[in-house]
Amino acid sequence: MYSEMIGIVFMFTISLLLAIPLGKYMAKVYGGQPTRLNRVFNPLEKWLFGISNINPNTEMNWKQHMLAMMIINGVWIVLGMLILMNQSWLPLNPDKNPDMSAHLAFNTTISFVVNCNLQHYSGETGVSYLSQLFLQFLQFVSAATGMAAAVVLFKALKDRATHQLGNFYVYFVKSITRILLPISVVIAILFLFDGMPMGLEGKEQMVNLQGDTIQVSRGPVASFIPIKHLGTNGGGYFGSNSAHPLENPSYFSNMVAMIAQLLIPFSMIFAFGYFINRRKMSWMIFGVMTVGFLLLAIPNIVQEVNGNPAIAKMGIQQKLGAMEGKEMRIGAAASGFWSIVTTVISTGSVNAMHDSTMPMSGMNEMLAMMVNSFYGGCGVGLLNFFIFIILAVFISGLMVGRTPEFLGKKIEANEIKIAMLIALLHPFLILVGTALSSYLYVNNPEAYASWLNNPGFHGFSEMLYEYTSSAANNGSGFEGLGDNTLWWNISTGIVLILGRFLPIIGPIAIAGMLAAKKQIPESAGTLKTDTSTFGIMIFAVILIVTALSFFPSLALGPIAEYFTLY
Amino acid sequence: MKTHVFSAIKLTLVMLILLSGIYPLLIWGAAHLTPDKGQGKRIIANGQSYYKNIGQTFTQGQYFYSRPSAVSYNAAGSGGSNKGPANPDYLATVQARIDSFMVHNPGIHKKDIPAELVTASGSGLDPHISVEAATIQVKRISQIRNIPEANLNELIRKHTEQPMFGPSVINVLALNISLDQLK
Repeated sequence: MYSEMIGIVFMFTISLLLAIPLGKYMAKVYGGQPTRLNRVFNPLEKWLFGISNINPNTEMNWKQHMLAMMIINGVWIVLGMLILMNQSWLPLNPDKNPDMSAHLAFNTTISFVVNCNLQHYSGETGVSYLSQLFLQFLQFVSAATGMAAAVVLFKALKDRATHQLGNFYVYFVKSITRILLPISVVIAILFLFDGMPMGLEGKEQMVNLQGDTIQVSRGPVASFIPIKHLGTNGGGYFGSNSAHPLENPSYFSNMVAMIAQLLIPFSMIFAFGYFINRRKMSWMIFGVMTVGFLLLAIPNIVQEVNGNPAIAKMGIQQKLGAMEGKEMRIGAAASGFWSIVTTVISTGSVNAMHDSTMPMSGMNEMLAMMVNSFYGGCGVGLLNFFIFIILAVFISGLMVGRTPEFLGKKIEANEIKIAMLIALLHPFLILVGTALSSYLYVNNPEAYASWLNNPGFHGFSEMLYEYTSSAANNGSGFEGLGDNTLWWNISTGIVLILGRFLPIIGPIAIAGMLAAKKQIPESAGTLKTDTSTFGIMIFAVILIVTALSFFPSLALGPIAEYFTLY
Repeated sequence: MKTHVFSAIKLTLVMLILLSGIYPLLIWGAAHLTPDKGQGKRIIANGQSYYKNIGQTFTQGQYFYSRPSAVSYNAAGSGGSNKGPANPDYLATVQARIDSFMVHNPGIHKKDIPAELVTASGSGLDPHISVEAATIQVKRISQIRNIPEANLNELIRKHTEQPMFGPSVINVLALNISLDQLK
């Protein structure tokens, strides 16, 4: 157990040590400053822009940014639906997997476009290799969309009184060519040496040692998994995601995947500080996020390592912890840690089945997504956190009787209204979805019997988790839920779209409005926003909003389950 | 608006070529330079090439059992039981597995049965068990195969992998192949 704890500390430390220089590099990339890699990337990007008729020097205001983003995302949705609904006759389908139904294709496309990767299919039987390669494309571009949106925020908070916030396509393309793609290649090579498959042959049939005939699914796995984690997508190549021994062959690959998913969210925070020349701000943000992260992660590790009390009662030993739904090579400690990393960060990949984790672990996994801004997804984590910063600035301003200001810009009624709407949208989507589904189920339990895999409180948690995961664009699930039905595909699909684009547009609108305002010089009376006092203030705002919104629903699910078990 | 649409379509197409074409081809090429050639880690035995990382079902008494699986170790799919920790049906299943294990392994103490032998893994394809899970089966296998317990314990010791970080594990397939070769 000792070496497992060391393993966890090691993963976190390496991620942080890599993220600081990467953040500096990213600030340079987005700031348009020359880097040593210019000679490689400049011609490639020039070619990409040339073919696409894009003038990279055109400046956009925040509305033009959002328009460009929405249009290109729309193109991906149309293309995705076309491919997934015709995959059976399109090339690269050696296993003869069937077309997706319209509602499943809708859900799958949306979910990959919005960086969520909620999967209501299993990779082995639900998609062709062509579709896998297309989903891999979406994993790159959805991450880059989030990063580009975050850079618009950086730019708005840096420049003084301006409407010109750079070019969306430039931020988007550079995120891929200079950050996501090169790092993915490095990670893929590490994975190949660890025995991850990469090929286009279909399922392999074999006779096992006992003489039974089985099949083994495979395919282009090693190119898919790096961006799945690096882009905080989390969509598994195989049905059981990173628990699958070909998708996550060893403790080493588990560490690499863990570092890969922490890397960009960490780096974005530091890139922000470098970009606006306030490095202390980065550390304040990182500090608040890390405190929140640890408060969720440590109880999970403890719970999972201690094992299931109901099984302890049967009189057997649980030296290795709660092993239902977990893999031996990863172990309970690293699985508990991963369950929080993947939920705070909106990756949503799983290396153990969350449905089988202990009640309080399940609650923390949901809480992580309900907050959705402790680190958060590629780019969008910082945008969500920005909303809480604005709210904290406003409340502190009222408490000390000063005009609320952030980075020398006055926060006024319009900004607060948007911030409040976005902060309330998240609980609205989650709770309304869960309430509607519960209503349907309770009134017709026989018709919807296939929905829930567990009775009682845990069954309710399965539905609550699904909407939480959708609204947070996370993509993990209490996978016992029978979710490939018209109701779940459509309802979560709608939650996914709203939960993605409104929380991007809202913060960018605020940032755009702030950018246009006159800079007020700092004085002795200015509220300092990069201090630990202000950090505590932000934390309190997050705590209050989350606790007030979600405590009742959590009490009906995991908390009630806890008291039946202990 | 119209220029945005055309640019978006064109940019999407070139990015598709880069990210769904060139990038995977590059990784595929790199795979051929690695020891496993992109085919996954393999064990060759009995003229068969097995996946080392894909667990196999072992239900016959002469072999070390692998963990229970929600997909019967058929790697055409994968998945866990997704049963909640307090689910009564699930707890009954675990109890039945314990009882069955006690019947097939006479002379062991219930408190020594490790939980991983009666709980299903996340993928249903877990290739490993713990040292305790192997050791507790030594008595049974020794009786069935007529091999001294000391030899089996030696075999377990040889197959125990302790990575720098993470739990120590035994690959059940590799262990059972060596077991078949043990005379």
